[in-house]
Amino acid sequence: MRTADLVTAALLMALGGIVIYDAVRIGVGWGDEGPRSGFFPFWLAALMVAISAAIIIQALVSRSKKPFVTRDRFVPVFKVLAPIAGFIVVTDPPGPWSGLGLYVAGGLYLGFYMRWVGRHDWRSVVALSFAVPVITFFIFETWFLVPMPKGPVETWFGY
Amino acid sequence: MGLENLLLGFQVALTPFNIFIAVIGILLGTIIGVLPGLGGANGVAILLPLTFTMPPTSAIILLTSIYWGALFGGAITSILFNIPGEPWSVATTFDGYPLAKQGRSGEALTAAFTSSFVGAFFSIVLITFFAPILAEVALKFGPPEFFAIQLLTFSSFVGLGGGNPLKSLVTILLGFILATVGLDIVTGQLRLTFGFTDMMKGFDFIVAVIGLFGIGEILLSVEEGLKFEGAKTSMNMRVVLDTWKVLPRYYRTFVRGSIIGFWMGFKPGGATPASFMSYAFAKRFSKNADRFGKGELEGVVAPETAAHAAGVAAMLPMITLGIPGSPTAAVMLGGLIIWGLQPGPMLFVDNPDFVWGLIASMYTGNVIGVVMVLAFVPFFAAILRVPFAILTPLIVVVCAIGAYAVHNSMIDIWYMLIFGVIGYVFKKLDYPLAPLVLALVLGDLAENALRQSLIMSQGSLAIFFTRPIAGAITAAAVFFFVLPIITPWWRRLKVSPAPASQTPLH
Repeated sequence: MRTADLVTAALLMALGGIVIYDAVRIGVGWGDEGPRSGFFPFWLAALMVAISAAIIIQALVSRSKKPFVTRDRFVPVFKVLAPIAGFIVVTDPPGPWSGLGLYVAGGLYLGFYMRWVGRHDWRSVVALSFAVPVITFFIFETWFLVPMPKGPVETWFGY
Repeated sequence: MGLENLLLGFQVALTPFNIFIAVIGILLGTIIGVLPGLGGANGVAILLPLTFTMPPTSAIILLTSIYWGALFGGAITSILFNIPGEPWSVATTFDGYPLAKQGRSGEALTAAFTSSFVGAFFSIVLITFFAPILAEVALKFGPPEFFAIQLLTFSSFVGLGGGNPLKSLVTILLGFILATVGLDIVTGQLRLTFGFTDMMKGFDFIVAVIGLFGIGEILLSVEEGLKFEGAKTSMNMRVVLDTWKVLPRYYRTFVRGSIIGFWMGFKPGGATPASFMSYAFAKRFSKNADRFGKGELEGVVAPETAAHAAGVAAMLPMITLGIPGSPTAAVMLGGLIIWGLQPGPMLFVDNPDFVWGLIASMYTGNVIGVVMVLAFVPFFAAILRVPFAILTPLIVVVCAIGAYAVHNSMIDIWYMLIFGVIGYVFKKLDYPLAPLVLALVLGDLAENALRQSLIMSQGSLAIFFTRPIAGAITAAAVFFFVLPIITPWWRRLKVSPAPASQTPLH
């Protein structure tokens, strides 16, 4: 807990430093029409650096031996996080490659997670990972008219 | 005059389309409130992009209905599953879950919904009368007063929020800093973008809310290894009517809870302390104090009345001053700006049909809400019996859709995931999330108020103290900011001369 506390406060402090750097670059003083753009961020960041320092001192003084997270409790967290990242990459990977779109990726993600973590039988896995994207597609694309990232499958159906 | 306006509002709120919207909103809201990882703020944020094309009044009715639904839904999970969906439902579990285990879940749920309704109704009536008055006063406010109110808002998180005051301060600052990323509308200057075009759009509060409250909450609940072991529900008309016969006995608790809720609720972060305070008072004044915690109906009535009174009261500063009293109200305020309305006292002058439609819809929404939840409890409880491995990906996909819909950009889905991790770490390390969201929403407004004030005073901060109204508000804000410093010192002073008396509740 203490280490995590220290790391977080240090990161916040570093962030404050970056903000101060940028604020000084664009000007923290008084311009033609009142305070310059950097004025507000500068004082926010300056305060944040100071308070993060106080949190670091607080954490150094404390004697908390409780770990931030134990290994066996982090495994399920990781098992949630990794598939989400996978889902986003399959939807539309960063860079020039095109992905499968949110609906197909969502179906694959749902099926994968159901099988991997929930150990559901293949029949319900296939049924749900087919039904859920189709239903959400019609709700969002045709009813609410909010376009989501689409891939080759949707193009093939003429959307 | 107020009544005339209210009638005008009812004409807006009672059109068939708006009633339909309210029913849909409450249905969705209750589902959102029941599901882990989808609280009121998050649900409203996900659905906000879907309202961009709606008329503003219908849009706000949809969002507020979701909020009422989520408040009701929280009681279902607290009583049947012993899982408080929201922090202010924690006190409801104390007696609600024991009651459910004794097979009296029907009574507990009826009591919870009824008290929610009573608390909400009390606050709505007060809002109806106070909102126009407060707005009238606020019309005289200039930038210094508004900035002072912002200070007061955030100071109450530090002074009254419990938790670590330093960490509350840091999250406020972080929220404001994130709000400054992107284009500075006053000078046209790019800030904190470091040459990346993706940074130019800045961080949208909707994405932050979805990540912090949605994904972060899921991560936390899997780490804690939540298992849903629900008590059976036995809801029917007989139970409802029988409970209603008993409830008037607790009229004192109702009145006390409503007043505590309203009083605490229009200050930010007030719902949770209000529910605990109301519970503590009910226990102290009850003849059956020893049965509290073992399944006493009054122990459900007290926190639920206060929490809902507070939840509704949070809307008062939002519509009159443009300052949200809760994260959910903050998201709605962001919605107002997106729909092209200027939040604050001018709403009462420029858009009376919107404001009064909203106030009238609070009445109709809560009436529809209490009827719907009483009728469909078994349906809502069944949602939590959906296996976890199906629920999690479903919630994640819905969150991703909500995040993407804000700007149609993939980067927002990545931000959502990053905010999710931040939410998880911050929650574990006791950094509060609500002030961060509030600061992110209010960032531009606060900065403009500060700039204009400083222009008025030619750069002197004294303007926040010399103008009478701003001065009083700033003084109160300063008091709350230093409260965590003086409290331990004050206690020591009190302890040394005389033996410690009981710690007062206030």
